[in-house]
Amino acid sequence: MDLTVLFFLTSGLILGWSLGANDAANVFGTAVGTRMVRFTTAAVVCSVFVVLGAVISGAGAAHTLGALGSVNALAGSFMAALSAAGTVYVMTKYGLPVSTSQAVVGAIIGWNLFSNSITDTQTLVKIVATWVACPILAGLIAVPLLKLVAFSLRLAKLHLLRLDAYTRIALVFAGAFGSYSLGANNIANVMGVFVDVSPFTGFSVAGLISLSSIQQLFLIGAIAIAVGVFTYSKRVMLTVGVGILPMSPVAAWVVVIAHSVVLFLFASQGLEHILAGAGLPTIPLVPVSSSQAVVGAVVGLGLMRGGRDIDWRLVRNIAGGWVTTPLISGVVCFVALFFLQNVFNQQVYREVHYVLSEPVFKEFAEQGVDATALRPLKGREFRSARAFVQAVDDVGFDRSVSDRALLGYARLNHIYLDPTKYSSLDRDWLSAGQLGAIQTLEGREFTHGWQLADALAVISPEWRKKGNKTINKLYNKGLDKQLDYVYRSFAGFPDQH
Amino acid sequence: MYFQKKVTHLFSGTRSLENQIDEFLDKISEAGMVFDRALRVYLSQGPSEEFNSFLNQAAEIERRGDDLRRAIETELYVRTLIPDLRADVLALLEGMDHLVNVYEGDLFRISIQSPDIPEEFHAGFLDLTETVISCVESVVLAARAFFRDIDAVRDHSTKTIFLETEADKIGTKLQRAIFASTLPLERKMHLRYFVERIDELANSAEDVADELQIYTIKRRV
Repeated sequence: MDLTVLFFLTSGLILGWSLGANDAANVFGTAVGTRMVRFTTAAVVCSVFVVLGAVISGAGAAHTLGALGSVNALAGSFMAALSAAGTVYVMTKYGLPVSTSQAVVGAIIGWNLFSNSITDTQTLVKIVATWVACPILAGLIAVPLLKLVAFSLRLAKLHLLRLDAYTRIALVFAGAFGSYSLGANNIANVMGVFVDVSPFTGFSVAGLISLSSIQQLFLIGAIAIAVGVFTYSKRVMLTVGVGILPMSPVAAWVVVIAHSVVLFLFASQGLEHILAGAGLPTIPLVPVSSSQAVVGAVVGLGLMRGGRDIDWRLVRNIAGGWVTTPLISGVVCFVALFFLQNVFNQQVYREVHYVLSEPVFKEFAEQGVDATALRPLKGREFRSARAFVQAVDDVGFDRSVSDRALLGYARLNHIYLDPTKYSSLDRDWLSAGQLGAIQTLEGREFTHGWQLADALAVISPEWRKKGNKTINKLYNKGLDKQLDYVYRSFAGFPDQH
Repeated sequence: MYFQKKVTHLFSGTRSLENQIDEFLDKISEAGMVFDRALRVYLSQGPSEEFNSFLNQAAEIERRGDDLRRAIETELYVRTLIPDLRADVLALLEGMDHLVNVYEGDLFRISIQSPDIPEEFHAGFLDLTETVISCVESVVLAARAFFRDIDAVRDHSTKTIFLETEADKIGTKLQRAIFASTLPLERKMHLRYFVERIDELANSAEDVADELQIYTIKRRV
């Protein structure tokens, strides 16, 4: 077992801990804040379901590197995770509900700046848009939902004590469900980067329970989240539950449900697929934050009651925290990477090179993109995305035509389909047809990833992307993940194997 | 399994507590009926054996009511039920319990002091008693509604407040008649004391109704 890997793993665990201390508090915050569920009960239920979610459903996303995917060196991942965790820790200390994912995104931007990579402006705009859109949407969902619940309860005429019992159970169920989703969705942020270097080996207990190495890795990450819940989440829970607005237990439940609905609507690829399949307009998939959804729902309910009960000072502090979290995380990450690289001599990023080779020009010609302006750059290798983009701008090529495609096509990705590596491919994930196509190409070399993708698509229809329609988005995304996995599995030159 | 056990326990405990609250409110209505019967018997027979049996019945109701109230309060605290409204429910129960205490206290005072109520005032006393009992009954309905149907609380509370005003009018009229009579002053003051004691029931019921209206606003989700 590589000790360096274990050392770097600690940053993931710390990030898991801060996720438990902050994000998990959203799910049970209102229940604990309204004293409907004891903190210990909430912590136990939350921990159990976070672990279950991470181990059972989280492993499904095992091949996706999560939000830190673009960070391509272990030491860099370590520092990005550590910076995000540190930022979330500070925010948690002040009882402010922030989003771990956004701290992670901030850290990635810090890494991007340090490694001269290009930050996708579209994603950045989306994130900034969610700071405004997500809380508003949660509030807009919470208000009619509470009215509907209040109306139904009036009709049902439940005894106060019975309503109390039902609400308790509903809060525990909603919390358990929320914790499960939290574990399933966020474990990739915590442990995703370590999937390829997992120091564990799979085992099974009495032939009943079997845990793969990834599941073990996720189990450890989930335990870190659970420790975060137990040790540090109470403060944030009380901020969410009572700090912003005094709430009735039913309102507390409505907040949890509104938050789940927002997360489901804007993060569910499945829903997008169903809507597109039925020919209905789809809801854009936005990376929403659970903290923002919860705070938005609480403030929404407060505004419904006239807004007088809301602690606006606290709301201002929380909103300020949302803006500063990615900024602090990014700056801390940038500075820390500098030290890690120059003082501790660690490789914090692997250079990604770009070259406008003949096949790239051919591809452009096939797509009808006029690349004449780029001709002078032909064959020149650029050592970073920034340098490449600068050169492209200097020759006067209009990048807006195909910004992402340009980087994607020019990216150097030496791939050698080593026959010895074929057996280690995940046979559960790739279909027989897909594996067969890879086998056919054994021994071949490629300079760009897309060349391999094209070659595979020619051989097998199972490697072919579907038309650029919303309904096909999920399928194409899945195919991209598989392709990325194949690139990573066969990366390198023949002499390196 | 553990969760199922917990849920079963939660619901069986809740049901038993609901029953206890219902029984507690029943006791207040019961105390009102006993009070009415006892006063009628006293007016017709004076401090008789039958009156004493009603008095004992009222004392028994008051004792049972106290037991129930304590049991409910303990259960609410021990199981940390209705955390947001617990203080209100406890105050409500205390207020309702006070009504039973006044019923019982009035009968004890009649038994100890044996007021001599001239026949000309019997109708006034009976009218006052009926009104205050209706007033208390309305607040019992309001309290029941607070637990099950908050929309009805306002209706019952409004009725309670109306009946309290009626009781005040009847009490004032009765006191005027007493003081306008030729009875010696000490007897007039003795009778006035009982008019005020009986009227106190309506005042206490009105206080509970006022508080109930506030609790109801808080109870709205």
